Amino acid sequence: MTILGAAQAAHGGEDPAAGSGCADHPPRMGFFTDTSVCIGCKACEVACKEWNTVPEDGIELTGMSYDNSVGLSADTWRHVAFIEQRKPVADGQDQFRWLMASDVCKHCTHAACLDVCPTGALFRTEFGTVVVQEDICNGCGYCVPACPYGVIDRREDDGRAWKCTLCYDRLGAGLEPACAKACPTESIQFGPLDELRDRAAARVAQLQAVGVADARLYGEDPGDGVGGDGAFFLLLDEPEVYGLPPDPVVTTRDLPAMWRRVGAAAATLAAGAAAAFAVAALGGRR
Amino acid sequence: MSDAEVTREGLRGVRPGREATPGTDVTPGTETGRRRRGRAARRGEQPVVPPAEFASYYGRPILNAPVWRSPDIPGYLFLGGLAGGSSLLAAGAQLTGRPALARASKAAAAGAIGLGMAGLVHDLGRPARFANMLRVFKVTSPMSVGSWILSGYVPAAGVAAACALTGRLPRAGAAATVAAAALAPGLASYTAALITDTAVPAWHDGHREMPFVFIGSAAMAAGGFGLLAAPPGESQSARNLAVFGVATEAAAFERMTRRMGMAAETYRSGRAGAYIRAGQALSALGTAGALLGRAAGRRGRAISALSGASLLAASAATRWGIFHAGLASAADPKYTVVPQRERREARQQERAGTHGQATS
Repeated sequence: MTILGAAQAAHGGEDPAAGSGCADHPPRMGFFTDTSVCIGCKACEVACKEWNTVPEDGIELTGMSYDNSVGLSADTWRHVAFIEQRKPVADGQDQFRWLMASDVCKHCTHAACLDVCPTGALFRTEFGTVVVQEDICNGCGYCVPACPYGVIDRREDDGRAWKCTLCYDRLGAGLEPACAKACPTESIQFGPLDELRDRAAARVAQLQAVGVADARLYGEDPGDGVGGDGAFFLLLDEPEVYGLPPDPVVTTRDLPAMWRRVGAAAATLAAGAAAAFAVAALGGRR
Repeated sequence: MSDAEVTREGLRGVRPGREATPGTDVTPGTETGRRRRGRAARRGEQPVVPPAEFASYYGRPILNAPVWRSPDIPGYLFLGGLAGGSSLLAAGAQLTGRPALARASKAAAAGAIGLGMAGLVHDLGRPARFANMLRVFKVTSPMSVGSWILSGYVPAAGVAAACALTGRLPRAGAAATVAAAALAPGLASYTAALITDTAVPAWHDGHREMPFVFIGSAAMAAGGFGLLAAPPGESQSARNLAVFGVATEAAAFERMTRRMGMAAETYRSGRAGAYIRAGQALSALGTAGALLGRAAGRRGRAISALSGASLLAASAATRWGIFHAGLASAADPKYTVVPQRERREARQQERAGTHGQATS
């Protein structure tokens, strides 16, 4: 048995790999997904499925524009969202625009799925990413409602939890993840997180300078509720338009308060039981 | 395909394609770009979308739905509470010389936790790997903490019940009863941390009061079982525990749904609302019956037993209601999006306010 807690609870601040006990590690790697140049080709979805041998995730037509994979799940680790909008883009005219965005696991700095995993199947890699060990996971399902983004899920016929590994196997061999490799427009950019954040800041400034006022970064801020995402995005509308939560918070941020309340409640129950007998004795009845 | 090379120092050989700008001819310094900026400035404070509405991606939920199933998980929440409360009742009955109540409560605790554990293992995606729960101990995972509580509680409750029912090894039985009672308050309350330590709005947003709802529900169930099983001469403490439970649960639940905000709706509507209302009706009925049974002399036994059954059902209904409220709040994106937007906007306003003070 391994006792985990303090080190993982402290999360190691901006350096999650070190916070998880990986002292000498490569720089934290991640994705910057610039949705402004996404063309919705779904090469990332296909490359991910092929490399990671992710099973089929349904072949129905949903009617949701060109999106038939619907959202991230145990069998969809990259998901391209298609949003058809009629809104004023230029000259006050209602113009049609199409937003496309490739969603993926955020590899949070403070990862709720990792915190709540009772078996230690989820772990923090030396690259600062979050990966499930499929030989450990017993399919308890706790990570599923813990994730504030709705990423990780349990595979029905398999019983275990699955999600993006940021191609842990490829990273170990010095390769970039399959989705980034396949992306023809470099909407998906892979690299050290520090460098990606600099590049993203320059990109959003560039877009705003040419009048794309809606351009914004999502998940890049280390001060946000999850300590910043290892995979962050440049969006052209509000996050919820893409199916992303506007202000996600890692649920374990409130866990110390929860444990205090649980302790108080446990004491209340013990006191209530003692009082039940004391009152019975005082009342002279059994 | 990308020709970029990954090196430990970063990417090499990236193409300039990623510098492309969206829109037809919106490039730096062009007419379109400037005009668009001018129009955006004229628009001023008028929001494109009215603030009361919220956007979603085809109405799809933001969160993935909990994969926990009924009856396994709500059943465990109920049975774990019943077991915890019963172990406390058993220890008290043993110490104060109420042998029939002690025996019944020990049997209830062992039976409930046995059934509850079966539900937990059945709910796993890989039941054969349930022992992996004891690979690590993590305070950040209430499920891990609960697994360790169970690993101590289950043998203690089992030994206590076995000794009480067979009449053998009374000293070992007494020691096991005390051990089970020591772990019982933790068993009855940790499940609140278990469900509130998630992103599910109706669960997480109740994290301050949920432990008190749960221990109230546990006391109600255990007291109810005591009323059902113990002879009238020994049932007064069970009655008191049940009344304590009803009052605690009702007060904590009321406070929880009042403070929760928007997600409280899910406790009032749909399947969850039906369970919650049934639980409230049954607990009122059970409380009235328990108090009446005390006064009603010879027919009191039957009335007490009925009210005990009613209190057990009330505790279960509340757990099912809480479970389904969580599912409903995860299935509708508005419970995730609207409170988060409000939180973000409040923070931005606060920041703007402090900034204004600093500059003025």
